[in-house]
Amino acid sequence: MIETIRFWAIVGLVGAGVFFTLVSAVGVIRLPDVYTRAHTASQTDTLGAGFTLAAVALALGWQHATAYTVLLLFFVFVTNPTAAHAIARSASDVGIDPWTADDAREDTRDDTGGDSR
Amino acid sequence: MMPTDLSEIFLVAAAVFVVLAIVMFYRAVAGPTTQDRLLAVNVLGTNTVVILALLSVALEQPWYLDIALIYALLNFLMAIAISKFTVERGGVL
Repeated sequence: MIETIRFWAIVGLVGAGVFFTLVSAVGVIRLPDVYTRAHTASQTDTLGAGFTLAAVALALGWQHATAYTVLLLFFVFVTNPTAAHAIARSASDVGIDPWTADDAREDTRDDTGGDSR
Repeated sequence: MMPTDLSEIFLVAAAVFVVLAIVMFYRAVAGPTTQDRLLAVNVLGTNTVVILALLSVALEQPWYLDIALIYALLNFLMAIAISKFTVERGGVL
């Protein structure tokens, strides 16, 4: 009984991790700006990696390796948003302009023009 | 019965993560700015750490987790160092 609950908890955690990493990949490929890409990389990728590492820790049970996995989970949770913040800040310092709603309007106009053609 | 099922699930998840990491190479190659490339490589490094942890539990090799921990440390250091160098010196080299 408890083994069944643990099995399905591991399956659910791995599925959630794969889903959030898929969302992160789609965001990094499709979003228009370095700042929005930093946003999706810091949020969804951290959550996907955290879910998957939690599933690994749950599958390992009580061993020495579980301590490594929990340490790795904590480390990813601390460092991944910090790195995304540093990257976005360096983009701001270099002078990259953020993507605004006016750019969005031009983009949709270009898209509809391309579609009607 | 259950451990083989679990290791197969972990291997399939590792394969999906490898595919997503290869997809992420598009942004690392075609990113307009250096920061885009750096962000893509950072996400790739996080994917690599997760793949190493999944392979560690699927293939029952606990020392892969040591490599994953060192990889996460170096990945964080690389992101911080390159984002500092692009501001202060205008580039990595």
